[in-house]
Amino acid sequence: MRENNKMVKPPAEPKRISKRLYDFWVKYKWLHLMALPAIVYFLIFKYLPMGGLVIAFKNYKGVGGIAGIFTAEWVGFAQFERFFSSIYFTRLMRNTLLISVYRLIFSFPCPILLAVLINEITSTKFKRTVQTISYMPHFLSWVVVAGLLSTLLSTSGPINEALAAMGLDKIYFLSDTRYFRSVLVVSEIWKGVGWGSIIYLAAITGIDPQIYEAAAIDGASRWQRILHITIPSIKETIAIMLILQVGKILNENFEQIFNLYNPSVYEVADVFETYVYRIGLVNQQYSYSAAVGLFKSVISLILVVTTNRVAKRMGNEGLW
Amino acid sequence: MKKRETKQDQIFLICNTLFMIVLCVIIIYPVLYVIGRSFMLDAERAANPLSIIPRNPSLQAYRYIFMRGSYVTNAYMITILKTVVGTACNLVFTILTAYVLSQRKYPLKKALTMMVVFTMWFDGGIVPNYMLIRSLGLINNFWVYILPGLISAWNMLILRNFFMAIPSALIESATIDGANEAQILWKIVIPTSGAAIATIGLFYAVTHWNSWFDAVMYITDRKLWSMQVFLREIIRSAQVVDMVEPEAASRAQIPQAEMVQMATIVITALPIICVYPFVQKYFVKGVMIGSVKG
Repeated sequence: MRENNKMVKPPAEPKRISKRLYDFWVKYKWLHLMALPAIVYFLIFKYLPMGGLVIAFKNYKGVGGIAGIFTAEWVGFAQFERFFSSIYFTRLMRNTLLISVYRLIFSFPCPILLAVLINEITSTKFKRTVQTISYMPHFLSWVVVAGLLSTLLSTSGPINEALAAMGLDKIYFLSDTRYFRSVLVVSEIWKGVGWGSIIYLAAITGIDPQIYEAAAIDGASRWQRILHITIPSIKETIAIMLILQVGKILNENFEQIFNLYNPSVYEVADVFETYVYRIGLVNQQYSYSAAVGLFKSVISLILVVTTNRVAKRMGNEGLW
Repeated sequence: MKKRETKQDQIFLICNTLFMIVLCVIIIYPVLYVIGRSFMLDAERAANPLSIIPRNPSLQAYRYIFMRGSYVTNAYMITILKTVVGTACNLVFTILTAYVLSQRKYPLKKALTMMVVFTMWFDGGIVPNYMLIRSLGLINNFWVYILPGLISAWNMLILRNFFMAIPSALIESATIDGANEAQILWKIVIPTSGAAIATIGLFYAVTHWNSWFDAVMYITDRKLWSMQVFLREIIRSAQVVDMVEPEAASRAQIPQAEMVQMATIVITALPIICVYPFVQKYFVKGVMIGSVKG
């Protein structure tokens, strides 16, 4: 508002606030009108629920609708304490961190490797075909992928039939606690490897072709060129992506787990959001589940913002 | 690099080609498997556990899920409807917001941008969202597919950056002619940003087609379910009878659940699989913009 005042001609005598507001409205009438729907939308659908998080500090049992939130008694951090002292705190933390670490170790390097190898394809047509095919799973929803998986991994599915043909025991992939996390990691690789390679391929495209030519003249093999030119040139991109990935360590893939898990694997698959969903919406423990959700959101907000900062700084200055 | 490949490099290239072929097979096989076997009757499936080409194709499953009185036909219409209506609403409000936030002179620009950006990092979570939707009376209401996701902060910011890159000379000349902001948006900004708007529209459309969690949370009425939710339900319960109205089910011959599940996967995924090769380049562009912006 002050800024606006500067732009308007300085008045001879100080204007009344209502007059200033009126001028401000008239000057930007169209922009105000266009901004209005967005303001209303973000306030109602994004900020009201944030306000609703006060129930995490109350004992709200869902009675009395929205008004009930105001009348519910304050309990301070009691809901949080209840969560921290329950077995679920360690279980959810363990599952979330384990799944994320497996992801970092096994699925993070895959798109890098794929990008490097796609870059070595000599035929443009073949290269394009491989890229297009590898993008396909990205466009499928996790519901569809869960459908494909339950068909492929069922006891009469092709994988178990192949195991049986080799004389091995059948495996209940989706309900065996020993295999479930592996299914998560492998299916995530299947779905994301092609799409994830885009960013690295773009970085590789930016490498000066003369460097490759010079290396080829010096007798460097393709393999040596990968090791000594391609990978060092995209090190920075890899580092940035790695840091961003670490920032998302608590943001386990809810859609994936929610569509694949079942009670027999809760012990190894349950993560914050799946637990919040069951305890909040199925068991209707509103306050408690809001506290669990809030705890996770705050920690992950701090992580994401910090790692984004670091990545941005690296993007500008370069880390190595 | 025109020089002949050495022996070592030739071996490398052959291995690389083989690797790519194997990779493509691994990616495509599950989809072909489900498509092919959705046409196979139980006996044939049991006899050929790995085969993907039906020898005696049967349309039994498809006939069942599209029979009169099937909820699936309805779910398909709902999915198409919410994709079309949803994308249209998304575009209108995303364009308006992006335009406002692209105006450097607008004094509220900074505050509004911060208000939007913060929602990308933090949200109220499942429970408060559910309470909000319930108190707005959107439970079992078609508009719950449209309103809560009306403006995606991410897509809006991409579009805003695009608007900001429009040469200011274009806009200034119109301002001199006395055009107001609405006329500038309608007559200059939108026509010059066709490609960007189409791209954002595609992002929204694919999101709408694939979304399922809103229906899981807020829709209990089968008649309002979208395909994704239906598929989810069929996969989890394997209760094929529930796919059609009770009265119709009593008349029909009910095929085996597995075949129907596969057919449902196919009809849910096929439109996307057919369309994505033609639109993928726009999505690739989106990834690139996202990475630059961090």
